[in-house]
Amino acid sequence: MSGELVIRGGRVLDQHGERMADVLVRDGVVAEVGEGLSATRELDAAGCIVTPGFVDLHTHLREPGMEEAETVETGARAAALGGYTAVVAMPNTDPPIDSASTARHVLDLGRSAPCDVHVAGAVTVGRRGSALAPMAELHALGVRIFTDDGDCVADARLMRRALEYARSLPGAVIAQHAEDASLVDGGHMHEGAWSSRLGIPGRPAEAESTIVARDIALARLTGGRLHVLHASTAATVALLREARAEGVAVSAEVTPHHLVLTDAACAAYDPAFKVNPPLRTSDHVGALRAGLADGTIAAVATDHAPHPPETKDQPFSEAPPGMLGLETAFAVVLTELVAPGVLDLARAVAAFTWEPAAVGGLEAHGRPVAPGEPANLAVVDPDAAWEVEPSALASRARNTPWAGRKLAGRVRHTILFGEAVVVDGEAER
Amino acid sequence: MKHLLGIADLDRAEIEGILDLAESFLEVTQREIAKVPALRGRTVASVFYEDSTRTRLSFEGAAKRLSADTLTFTPKASSVSKGESLRDTVQTIEAMGADAMVVRHPSAGAPHRVADWVDASVVNAGDGWHEHPTQALIDTFTLRRHRGASLDGLRVGIVGDVAHSRVARSNVAAMTALGASVTLVGPPTLMPPNLDGWPVTVADDLDAVLADLDVVSLLRIQRERQEQSLFPSLREYTARWGLTAERAARLRSDVLVMHPGPMNRGVEIADAVADSPASLVTEQVANGVAVRMAVLYQLLGSGAASGGAPANGTGSEA
Repeated sequence: MSGELVIRGGRVLDQHGERMADVLVRDGVVAEVGEGLSATRELDAAGCIVTPGFVDLHTHLREPGMEEAETVETGARAAALGGYTAVVAMPNTDPPIDSASTARHVLDLGRSAPCDVHVAGAVTVGRRGSALAPMAELHALGVRIFTDDGDCVADARLMRRALEYARSLPGAVIAQHAEDASLVDGGHMHEGAWSSRLGIPGRPAEAESTIVARDIALARLTGGRLHVLHASTAATVALLREARAEGVAVSAEVTPHHLVLTDAACAAYDPAFKVNPPLRTSDHVGALRAGLADGTIAAVATDHAPHPPETKDQPFSEAPPGMLGLETAFAVVLTELVAPGVLDLARAVAAFTWEPAAVGGLEAHGRPVAPGEPANLAVVDPDAAWEVEPSALASRARNTPWAGRKLAGRVRHTILFGEAVVVDGEAER
Repeated sequence: MKHLLGIADLDRAEIEGILDLAESFLEVTQREIAKVPALRGRTVASVFYEDSTRTRLSFEGAAKRLSADTLTFTPKASSVSKGESLRDTVQTIEAMGADAMVVRHPSAGAPHRVADWVDASVVNAGDGWHEHPTQALIDTFTLRRHRGASLDGLRVGIVGDVAHSRVARSNVAAMTALGASVTLVGPPTLMPPNLDGWPVTVADDLDAVLADLDVVSLLRIQRERQEQSLFPSLREYTARWGLTAERAARLRSDVLVMHPGPMNRGVEIADAVADSPASLVTEQVANGVAVRMAVLYQLLGSGAASGGAPANGTGSEA
């Protein structure tokens, strides 16, 4: 909340459209948006877009319990460098975030972080899929997303109860990792031509779509809100489109890697490309892109999943699934989707900002760049070219699938409640 | 050729080069003193993360007949139980002087990872469900000795658990590269889920295709497949896809029967069929050493750089 600064010469892009303007920030809020503004501190934004700060609905910060992979501090710094002003930390920690005390612990760790750290709570006690976690106790701490992410809530009756109970908690949403465990058991990549050729046990697309179909039916039955995590199949997009047209309260997110990469990336057995749900074929990629473009899929989320190097330095089937994403997400979408004309820039910004903020009930984020609004902002140079170098990432881990990839679009500044936490691509804290 | 990771990486000429080389080494194995100095001073390590005494002994026999030194890594007696990673293990073995590593591992692609981590040549001795390239070289070598240098037009049926079989994947690649046509036969539950790009035909009725085959190659059925409900019972499997004596009696007299071993007699192959004149099973094992000598020589010998044919000089006695 320190003093005042002006972001000068950028193109402001938010839910009210697009205009060239300076943005004056004072005492944590946007004070003025217009021409020729000045302040004691100036951040250059010439050639840049100025948007609400990004919101990641799906971040694994690994703390507590897996600090060798990531901590709240390192993960939040990676997020800030990626233009994020808010992340939702997933509860599959050790212990899992299934109680107020663990949630409070992670929230406390986040208070000094260069990004607003929210937490998701587990749906079930211990993420064991048998009994509801104390959702109201978590809700009182601000938790809005409940998920056993990493595992699917398999029991249909329990999923029904979770959706039903969530109706009594304003803003609460049940977020499902939709993979039928019995269909993916023992599988390590998408089941298809590549898995058949490579001899790697597969995870069929239907493992996701059968759960999504079931959960949509349960959301319709209960009136509870459902969010589909990391959508990865064409059938999922079709089911979402139909359910949303019908008025079922269901939203979805998609990751940059599922929007760009295919199962062919696994051909050299490099576990950097191992992730759940797995990378699929170009048909699925095409459907996900269309779903994101037409709003069927609300948000881009990273599923940022750090793993220590020694765990990925193994044979494919022995390495854990997951990929880094925070520092590359927006640049990947700009480079691979916006530049070729697959997605327009305004829709991309929406999917990184106000859409995920609405899904997760993050009221201070994804707001218009307008006087009186919280000053959570990202300033991105869409033309800045760079190459992803794993060792240069702020995340503690190195498991990026984008190593060596040339991207266009770099986050220049990130403003968190009025404070410049990233300036000229460098973290300030 | 630096590594042998899979048949899918080889073209017809490369496969034929190895098989031609194996012919000259087969002659060596039949000598009174079956040993040549071709790889004297070189070290071949066997790194076997799965029990396979037969494959390991075959490779070690091949290395010894080429006068190479051998190192054997047996996981149970070593540091795997202490949690040492595959990477650390193979780098340690390389530091002990291994010029080549023969790697058997339950995970598909593990030898490919090893090849990234060490400078030594890597031979895939079976990786998960993926490939078992030397077995396919042995099988095609054995067929060539019966049917001439080319397998053009030969009709091969590969019968059984194709989905979980590295032998099947390697044999499809090797046999079709050499001109054979391959039919995969078995229950739909034991076929790979997606065969796009495979140069094969698929049948689920063995009796319907039996008359059109010149070679019947049977795959081992593991008992755990029954527990996974991939078929109702071994009895039902044998009734529909086993090469029973009754089915064997309907084969033309010149049809050849193959099995990479170890066999489940009475399940995928009847006892009498395994021991019949049509069976190449013992010959496959016998040819294994010569073929593996050819592979090791190709990777480590004087012909390694050029990938050239065997110098006759390698045949001189030590």
